[in-house]
Amino acid sequence: MRAGAVSKRQLSQRTAFSLLIVATIIVVLPVLAIVIQIIVSGADAISWEFLTQAPSQAGKAGGILPAIVGTFYLMLGTIIVALPLGVLAGIYLTEYARDNWFTRAINLAIVNLAGVPSIVYGLFGLGVFVLLFHFGMSLLSASLTLACQALAMTVTTSREAILAVPKEYREGSLAVGATRWQTIRHLVLPQASPGIITGAVLAMSRAAGETAPILVVGAAFLLPGLPQSPFDQFMALPYHLYTVAAHVPGMPKSTMWGVALVLLVVVLSFNILATVIRLRTRQRRYSS
Amino acid sequence: MKMNSELLNRNAAINNNVKLSTEGVNLYYGSFQALRNITLDIPECAITAIIGPSGCGKSSFLRIFNRMNDLITGARVEGEIELDGINIYDRSIDAVELRKKVGMVFQKPNPFPMSVFENVAFGPRRHERHGHNLGELEDIIERSLHQAALWDEVKDKLGQSALSLSGGQQQRLCIARVLAVEPEVILMDEPCSALDPVATLKIEELMRSLAENYTIVIVTHNMQQAARVSDMAAFLMMEEDRAGVLVEYGPTSELFTNPKDKRTEDYITGRFG
Repeated sequence: MRAGAVSKRQLSQRTAFSLLIVATIIVVLPVLAIVIQIIVSGADAISWEFLTQAPSQAGKAGGILPAIVGTFYLMLGTIIVALPLGVLAGIYLTEYARDNWFTRAINLAIVNLAGVPSIVYGLFGLGVFVLLFHFGMSLLSASLTLACQALAMTVTTSREAILAVPKEYREGSLAVGATRWQTIRHLVLPQASPGIITGAVLAMSRAAGETAPILVVGAAFLLPGLPQSPFDQFMALPYHLYTVAAHVPGMPKSTMWGVALVLLVVVLSFNILATVIRLRTRQRRYSS
Repeated sequence: MKMNSELLNRNAAINNNVKLSTEGVNLYYGSFQALRNITLDIPECAITAIIGPSGCGKSSFLRIFNRMNDLITGARVEGEIELDGINIYDRSIDAVELRKKVGMVFQKPNPFPMSVFENVAFGPRRHERHGHNLGELEDIIERSLHQAALWDEVKDKLGQSALSLSGGQQQRLCIARVLAVEPEVILMDEPCSALDPVATLKIEELMRSLAENYTIVIVTHNMQQAARVSDMAAFLMMEEDRAGVLVEYGPTSELFTNPKDKRTEDYITGRFG
C-alpha cells in the first residue's frame, strides 16, 4: 500500500468534513447572533418595574406588564379553542373516518391551512369574529383568529400522535369487549397525550409570536391597564415591539431590545418545554 | 406409538356439544377472496387447532369468530357463523357483546403499557358491572392470574409495568386479561410463535387446563404443537386463486396418524409448507 494514496484520500475526507462543519456553523451563527444581540442589548432594560408596570409616555417609560399579560391571555385563549377541536378532529380522522374523497379533501385542507399567510387569518378574523359575530376588536376575536391558525398544527400533531399508538393495543382492547370509544378514551389517548401536548405547547408558542393577525382584530397600541373581560382590547408583546420600534420617535434603544428579550424568553421557554416533554416520553418508552 | 394412544384417549373425552359452527363461509377483502366455502363444527370445552401453510387464511378464519374482520375496510363475510346456535353476524348481535364471550390472544404478546393489575382490570373496568367495587375487582384479578398460571410469579409486583415481564409472562398476562371478562371461547392466533420453548411449554400446559372450562381455537404453524395440545384439527390450504379452503377436519389423532387427503399427508410429513 502506497502511503501517498492514503494521505490523498484522507485529505479529501478532511476537506469534506471541514466543509460540513463550516456549513453547520454558518447555519447556527445567525441564531446565536440574534440571541446574543438581544440579551446584551436588552438586559439593561429588564427591571422589576419594566416587568410589573404599565407603560407611560407612549411606551418610552414605565413597563410592559399589559403586553406580557395580554400575550399569556392570547396563548391561553388560543389553546382552549384549538386543542380540544384539534384532538377531536384528529381522533375522527384517524379512528373513524373512512378513506374516501371527503376525508382526503379534509386532510388536504388541513395541510393547506398551515400554508395560509398569517395576515389572511387576520382579515378572516376581522370579517367573521369582529364584524359578523360582533365580538368587536377584542381578546376573544384575537384568540379565535389565532386558534384558527393553530388548528393546522394541533390537528396534525394529534393525528400523528394517535397514529403512533400501536395497532396491537387497539386489538387487545377490542378483544376483551371494549368499545371503540373506550379503546380510544382509556388506551389510545393516554398513550398519545405526550405527543398531543407537545404539539399544543408549540402551537401556543407560535401564537405568542404572531403579530400580523392580531393587528387587525384587537391588539392595542397602548393601554393603561389589563383587559378585564374577553371583549376588551389588549396589548401583546410582538405588536408592542412593532409599535415601539417603528412608530415612537425617540424611543430608547434598550427598551426596544428589552421587549424583544421578554418575547424571546416567552417563546423559547415554551419551545424548551415541548422538547422536554418529548424527550421524557421517549426515555420512558425505551426504559420500560 | 405412545403419542397415538394418548391422542385417542383425548379424543374420547370430547363431548359432543357444538360451541361454534360455520356453514359455507366465504370471506372477501374487497375483490380478493380469502376463504372459500368453509364448513365445520367446533366442539365445546376442547382445543381445536387450525393448521396450514402461511397465507392460507388461518388467522382470517379465526378472526371471523369475534368479528375482528369488521375493522378492516372492504372485508365481507358470507355464510352462517354460529355461537351456541345463534348467528353472530345477525343485525341484532352487537360485536362488542360478542367479544366479551369470545376473547382473543394474539401472536405477539400485547400487554398494555400500564401495571400488571391494570392490564387484567382493563376488561372488567370497561364493563361497568365491576366498575366501582375495588374488592370485587381484586378478586377477579387474582382469579384470572391464577387461571393463567401467573399469580405466583407476579403477586408481589402487581403494581409494576407489564412491559417489565418476560415474553412468556406477558403472553400469560394477555390470557389472564381475556379470562378476566369471563369469556366462553378463547381464540389464540399463534400464541407461542414469539416465545422460547420453555415459555411455549408453559402456555401449552395452560391451554390444556383451560380446555376443561373453555372452548379454545388455536391457529398454529407448528404441527408438533397442534399434535401435542389439540383435540380436533382443521387443515386449511390455499387454492390457485389464493383463497383458503378446508382440506380436512377431524380428531387430531386421526388427522395426524391417518390423514384421508393426500395434501394433508404431504403437509404433515413435511413435504411442503
